[in-house]
Amino acid sequence: MKHRYIPMTGQDEAEMLAVIGADTIEALFADIPAAIRYEGVLPMSGPLDEPALLRHMRLLAGRNANFDEYVSFLGAGIYDHHIPVVINHVISRSEFYTAYTPYQPEISQGELQAIFEFQSYICELTGMKVANASMYDGATALAEAAALAGGYTKRSRIVVSSAIHPEAKEIVRTSARGLNLDIVEVAANNGLTDLEALESALTDDTAAVLIQSPNFFGAIEDARAIEPVIHGRGGLLVMSVNPLSLALLEAPGELGADIVVGDAQPLGIPASLGGPTCGFFAVTDALMRRIPGRIVGQTVDKEGRRGFVLTLQAREQHIRREKATSNICSNQALLALCASVYMSTLGKTGMQEAALLNVRKAHYAADKIASLRDPHTAAPVFELPFQAPFFNEFVVKLPQALDAAKLNAKLLRKGFIGGYDLALADPSLSGHMLIAVTERRTKDEIDRFVHELEECCR
Amino acid sequence: MNMKPTPDKALIFELSKPGRVAYSLPACDVPETEAASLIPPHLLRAKPAELPEVYEVDVIRHYTELSRRNFGIDNGFYPLGSCTMKYNPKINEDVARFPGFAKIHPYQPEESIQGALELLYTLQNDIAALTGMDQVTLQPAAGAHGEWTGLMLIRAYHESRGEKRTKVIVPDSSHGTNPASATVAGFETITIKSDAKGMVDLDALKAAVGADTAALMLTNPSTLGLFEERIVEIANIVHEAGGLLYYDGANSNAIMGITRPGDMGFDVVHLNLHKTMSTPHGGGGPGAGPVGVKSKLIPFLPKPIVSRRTDGAYYWDYDRPASIGRVKAYYGNFGILVRAYAYIRTYGPEGLRRVSECAVLNANYMMHRLAPYYEVAYPGLCKHEFVLSGRRLKSFGVRTLDVAKRLLDFGYHPPTIYFPLNVEECLMIEPTETESKETLDAFIDAMISIAQEAEQTPEIVRNAPHTTVVKRLDETTAARKPVLNCTCG
Repeated sequence: MKHRYIPMTGQDEAEMLAVIGADTIEALFADIPAAIRYEGVLPMSGPLDEPALLRHMRLLAGRNANFDEYVSFLGAGIYDHHIPVVINHVISRSEFYTAYTPYQPEISQGELQAIFEFQSYICELTGMKVANASMYDGATALAEAAALAGGYTKRSRIVVSSAIHPEAKEIVRTSARGLNLDIVEVAANNGLTDLEALESALTDDTAAVLIQSPNFFGAIEDARAIEPVIHGRGGLLVMSVNPLSLALLEAPGELGADIVVGDAQPLGIPASLGGPTCGFFAVTDALMRRIPGRIVGQTVDKEGRRGFVLTLQAREQHIRREKATSNICSNQALLALCASVYMSTLGKTGMQEAALLNVRKAHYAADKIASLRDPHTAAPVFELPFQAPFFNEFVVKLPQALDAAKLNAKLLRKGFIGGYDLALADPSLSGHMLIAVTERRTKDEIDRFVHELEECCR
Repeated sequence: MNMKPTPDKALIFELSKPGRVAYSLPACDVPETEAASLIPPHLLRAKPAELPEVYEVDVIRHYTELSRRNFGIDNGFYPLGSCTMKYNPKINEDVARFPGFAKIHPYQPEESIQGALELLYTLQNDIAALTGMDQVTLQPAAGAHGEWTGLMLIRAYHESRGEKRTKVIVPDSSHGTNPASATVAGFETITIKSDAKGMVDLDALKAAVGADTAALMLTNPSTLGLFEERIVEIANIVHEAGGLLYYDGANSNAIMGITRPGDMGFDVVHLNLHKTMSTPHGGGGPGAGPVGVKSKLIPFLPKPIVSRRTDGAYYWDYDRPASIGRVKAYYGNFGILVRAYAYIRTYGPEGLRRVSECAVLNANYMMHRLAPYYEVAYPGLCKHEFVLSGRRLKSFGVRTLDVAKRLLDFGYHPPTIYFPLNVEECLMIEPTETESKETLDAFIDAMISIAQEAEQTPEIVRNAPHTTVVKRLDETTAARKPVLNCTCG
């Protein structure tokens, strides 16, 4: 069988078998007992030649409504931001994408420096002292933060704001079962974590409070009010944040957070049905030697040149095995590179401008939607139920007769990907929709979207 | 101290000059209200994040220069044992970037992502067929994540039967993630010794299993590159004790189409798509670690999985009341799953079998040619990889680490070293099927030269590498006085 990725010729095969002293390739599998050998051809999808594969993949891709052809107002954790053109060129350098984890630092200085710069970017944005080389995604990073808090404080109760992304909450719950942590969820009020409920949920066995800001409803939490409450009990404050928002919003390190996590998807990473993205994880100095995952440190070579290495490995599974702080043995290096190139490209002023554009366009859209009036009663058609300040996402209450899923189906026919149906996260929020507006949305698109919303109410 | 032959590569932060930009953002076409009028000022940042200010050429030259200081499969041979550093096909990169795959949202209506759902559904079934399992979740993001997911499934299974089983058995040759995953899943790890042939010691296994055994985690072929010939007996011992068998799929590149974990008696399997299915390692990730299970474990799989209605429409199946819950946001690393699917469709089942045959032939050939120069840890047949010991060179003052560093001067990525832990001064070599005999021969010649250097001019080996952009780095100081970023001093 000839194949373009396999160089083995009949002559190669004969020469190599002769060196081994075997008659056939089959003889090399003599150690696999006959009873468990698979006879015949596996019932899998068949092979396609290159042109046919391209055609097949185009056909599958063509059956998905994509952001180039549809105008998206969907967020809820994954956003349609502009991705600067240079990013794909950088991550397409195969020295980056075909490399393994940088175990051999002398020939991996490029990746190691890129990660060191990523860690620096995350520290600068979050105001934290130490960041790791990245995690699978923001949601698993939050679960790792709960694990760290439990291990560090030797306490077992984790208090979770119900305004955290529902999938992140689910993952925290899944992982808590393995770690014997108790998860207690506190309600949200007016779109924000209810401070009184939070206070009454805290005990002396509380390892941490987990909040998200901007939270799942888009609202910006007042971490300054939450910080003394949890620290007063000797627990940790864990914040999950949107990294783009931090160009404008106060750095969690300044707010007293002990662990800051989030998903770097808004920083130049394609939506790609939600993955792969890139989680980040940053901590205070005190937690440095407990942070999960890879970390790159600066050092010198024996001739005094600056260089970078994987460091603090005594925490990790390949050294500590069952006593490791986490089982993670990879990072999302290529996506961390996306995020780094994004931040390099936007820089200090671009990040601020992009964040401000998100704020302005989202507020324009919210005002416009809130201003729609019923022609007969002059009452508002859509309500914005929460009064809390927001970044680029907000909740809209639909008129009684309007079902979010049906509304989205109608919008799709008009070329729009509508908002997130909050009934999926919380049945009590049936009839509510979460709408995201990024810098990519033009005034014209917003106006047309609002017009379609109005039409759908008729 | 010597003169510095090359200057330090600048950090992107060191290139910054206020006033330069590398971006072009959309104009503001809505009212230009001040941030402080839209968001209460106490929530706003008191001082701006000091990110670099550079222009586009700086960005491109900086990262291009970094890439030149890195080594990937496209640069040369990368025989890193247990990592399956095979060629990463370019068509996979192209198709994953199609807007219909890259620019879609996880919460779009199902009717607007039927192509993506069909791809995932087919991939679930193909992986099930390849591994001999009954159902597959594509959610786990990596091998270790798959291990943890699998162990949580095993935990849920035992609990559903009212059994409290607290122990997970791993052999001493196992990857470090196995015991670490067991801990995170709430199990205690029992490590059992390998026998003189590198296989699971059946007596040790029999002594370790009992009413508290939740599972045995096994890589087969093992990290020594050896197939556990008594796998059926092993499976029986564990099953008779009421435990389950977990298959770490790190080494699946040896057995595709030849034997299946499901037929060996395993109950849960993860595959590393970034190994076996050619998706790029990306410098450390992203990967994907789908998990397959036998039917008795299907109820516990993470939700959702992709299902198909009788009318042919695909949908997210959330109706799984016994599910362990979610393990990853959304549906896993979709972009990686697209690449793996394209890879499977490139080969088909018979092609995948040929992949494994050639991977095993390459490994056995290298092992035989290197045997006169380096001690083969476990002579006989190997599968896709084999383990050498460099202990003979210790008498010349040369360690395996030195051999690895010297290989850098020959233009190779070294093999995995000092793993598995049960072989002294070991080198673990995995050539994969995508390397030619000429490449293997050239690498073998380099290894032979280094063995000779070790005897004749050991200082050349001890001081290697000589040709890289930096020499050996001071890792001790890096860990003792950590400098982990350039922004907070």
